Amino acid sequence: MIPLSWFLTFSAALFCIGLFGVLARKNAVAILMGLELMLNAVNINLLAFWCYLYGKDLSALVFVAIVFVAAAAETAVGLALIISAYRARNTAVADELNLLKG
Amino acid sequence: MTIMQIIFLITASVTLFAALMVVSTRKMMHAAMWLILVLFGVTITFALLETRFFAIVQLVIYIGAIAILIIFAVMLTRRSMNADVPQVNRNWWLVMVSSLALFVGLVTVMSVWEGFFVTARTAPPGGENLVQLGTALVDPNGFVLPFEVASLVLLAAMVGAIYVAAERKEK
Repeated sequence: MIPLSWFLTFSAALFCIGLFGVLARKNAVAILMGLELMLNAVNINLLAFWCYLYGKDLSALVFVAIVFVAAAAETAVGLALIISAYRARNTAVADELNLLKG
Repeated sequence: MTIMQIIFLITASVTLFAALMVVSTRKMMHAAMWLILVLFGVTITFALLETRFFAIVQLVIYIGAIAILIIFAVMLTRRSMNADVPQVNRNWWLVMVSSLALFVGLVTVMSVWEGFFVTARTAPPGGENLVQLGTALVDPNGFVLPFEVASLVLLAAMVGAIYVAAERKEK
């Protein structure tokens, strides 16, 4: 059998890679991709705990479903904002979107 | 070393490699393709965790909808960035060091917890009980409030996304 530690280590690694993507990439779409990696790592964590420790409890599954909904909403709004900013400023680079900066 | 462990190790290494490519490749379109590989690896991980339903949901929602949305956005914002220049900002090494430190810290903290090495599963072997889950989602004593709030959030996000991204014809 696979120990729980393998899943948790895997999801920790995926989360840290996603964090690197969010903090280091310049392109706004790439930042959203890093965010997707982090949300996937969170889902793996929730389902691993459900599978190994709380198999009779449904809260973990409801939580995962809500993370899915939040991810879909976040992607839709984020991409709409990026496309709208691209139309206004002709750039999707997070560094150059500094209209509010004094 | 059982067959499940071998499948998990192959999936995990392919997924982590693809995730590294997502954050390091210079062409946005290639990053989106690697992202699809990551999402597929996560699907296999879900299946290894005995959640058939969420494996299918992952396949349909993430690969079928979110990845397609991201590819559309990549194509629509195509000329914004020259793929020959570095795609990370000046402080990327600082971010890399702190991400690595976070990973080491997480694993260190988890490894002193006695539940970290359990191998016995408590989940039902045939996957999650979908009838129970569906009933709990609309049960007033269960999760009907979070469920309805989540659907409202999704509806508001979709309407907002259409409003923000729509082209204004007047003026």
